[in-house]
Amino acid sequence: MTSALQTAGLCRNFGALAVTQNVDFVLPVGARQALIGPNGAGKTTFINLLTGLLQPSAGRIRLGGEDITALAPEMRVRRGLVRTFQINTLFPALTPLEAVTLARLEQRGASRRWLGALSGQRAAIDEAYDLLERIGLGADALQETRSLPYGKQRLLEIALALACEPRVLLLDEPAAGVPARESAELFEVIARLPRDLSILFIEHDMELVFRFAERITVLVAGAVLTEGTPAEIASDPQVRQVYLGSAGHG
Amino acid sequence: MTMTATTDRTLPDPADRRAAAHAFIAGQARWRWPEAVFWLVAAASLVIFPHSLVLAAQVLIAGLFALSLDLILGLGGIVSLGHAAFFGLGAYTAGLLAAHGWNEPLTGLVAAGLVAGLVGFATSFIVVRLKGIALLMVTMGVALLLHEVAQKAHAITGGDDGLQGISMAPILGLFSFDLYGRTAFIYTLAVVFACFLVARRLYNSPFGLALKGMRENGRRVPAIGGSIRRHSALIYTIAAVMAGIAGGLLAQTTEFVSVEVLGFQRSAEVLIMLVLGGAGLLYGGFVGAAVFLVARQILSGIDQTYWFFWLGLMLVLVVLFARNGLLGGAKALLARWRRA
Ligand SMILES: Nc1ncnc2c1ncn2[C@@H]1O[C@H](COP(=O)(O)OP(=O)(O)O)[C@@H](O)[C@H]1O
Ligand SMILES: [Mg+2]
Repeated sequence: MTSALQTAGLCRNFGALAVTQNVDFVLPVGARQALIGPNGAGKTTFINLLTGLLQPSAGRIRLGGEDITALAPEMRVRRGLVRTFQINTLFPALTPLEAVTLARLEQRGASRRWLGALSGQRAAIDEAYDLLERIGLGADALQETRSLPYGKQRLLEIALALACEPRVLLLDEPAAGVPARESAELFEVIARLPRDLSILFIEHDMELVFRFAERITVLVAGAVLTEGTPAEIASDPQVRQVYLGSAGHG
Repeated sequence: MTMTATTDRTLPDPADRRAAAHAFIAGQARWRWPEAVFWLVAAASLVIFPHSLVLAAQVLIAGLFALSLDLILGLGGIVSLGHAAFFGLGAYTAGLLAAHGWNEPLTGLVAAGLVAGLVGFATSFIVVRLKGIALLMVTMGVALLLHEVAQKAHAITGGDDGLQGISMAPILGLFSFDLYGRTAFIYTLAVVFACFLVARRLYNSPFGLALKGMRENGRRVPAIGGSIRRHSALIYTIAAVMAGIAGGLLAQTTEFVSVEVLGFQRSAEVLIMLVLGGAGLLYGGFVGAAVFLVARQILSGIDQTYWFFWLGLMLVLVVLFARNGLLGGAKALLARWRRA
């Protein structure tokens, strides 16, 4: 088993609060892995550490064979480590077409061309448009992002990540705030992504987790409680206790 | 997904939609008629205001300076309280060159832009690492520093008394600067328009989109592989070049430079002009410069304290009632009127 992404002894404190505690984590190539845990367990923090938005207090992160612990966030993206956000982090006044075109331009190293017309970047615009069409946003490509229904904004979150040609995709609650039926559709989109793409997703709806994850990592209070197949996790007494013991997770 | 918002921009057929996508991007760069009106009026000043050409040239120069600030503030989201540093560097470069015998205007302007751009590039590495108060203090600090240096180097710059002995050669060897400021005005208009074309192209370029993305949501930019610092450094440098050209124009057309070109007041005034006119709209700086300078000409003719009173009142009203300056307010009104 080769790992797409791996951490060793990853720690992060906020003051006295240890939000990530000595996490040794492996995401295999082609994974469909879920990261679950109660609210405040440190799941988002873990993704922030992986993507470089936060610096770890200790530990290393490897992407493929490379140590990326000290790399700037955008450099990790260029190496194929891409994320979405739990809370929409979009460009409100741009259209999906412009936003995804921008992501394509960044990938193509063309985002600092300032003497050529944007309309001249036909390949980038085509790629952006095709991606939007594939993900089901073709008809909305020319609307201002802020005017899109919430569910479509969640889709755009994913489209922006896909535009970065990820090898590893980290999805932080992709269906957060989306009604149940639509969230299933959102996960269908995710399930159709290419198999060589390694995916880690955070999700609270256990039905979705069991349907789409092949492996599950359980994070509690910043530490990995256990990891295994859905069947193993479902029958794990520790996990049951965490989930039955804590009423709310949102 | 199940939800479909049907609007006038929704096209049924994917092939049409792809063509519409390209048309949409191309359409954003298209010239609008108010733009033509603006530049025609500017050019027509020659016949409409033949006795106010000096003021008209001042408006264009201040407008170009404000446009350069618009690039970093309106597009790049970098607030500067020391943009006069680059204006002043350009002015002194062009002025000193001319005073020491290199009085060919166009190459003088190029040199003004280059020197300002070099200093802009050098300082950009600090500036892009800062935010908020620290950013304001450092930008202001750089300008104060240069102001102090120019003051101390009285022997070279003439300090407060100004740099004497500037005399420009005819433009292209053909057109001499005249007493009425006709040549100066035409020269200024041509240079300002050329710089505007560059700014407009930048606005509609891939980099322009990257800057809009940065302004819309700086948090997402690194997450799609963009470097905020490198984007910011580039726009800061380009803006410095443009400010330097504006300064060079002032020195050449007035044949005079004093340390005031580097002063805090100039940095503050250009910020006021831009806010007054509206940031991020390309034309806001010109509108702000025109209102500011014309109003000052009229009001300070009556009484100096009058001018500050009305300037203060105007600023308060514009900031309170027009969300993005006079131009932004006018655009909003127009949009509402069209919808009604
Ligand atoms: N920037 C921060 N400063 C201080 N505490 C934080 C910060 N970010 C997150 N936390 C805390 O870290 C813990 C984990 O948060 P988070 O990673 O968002 O959890 P999850 O995504 O699992 O719900 C929470 O207790 C939260 O309050
Ligand atoms: Mg979270």
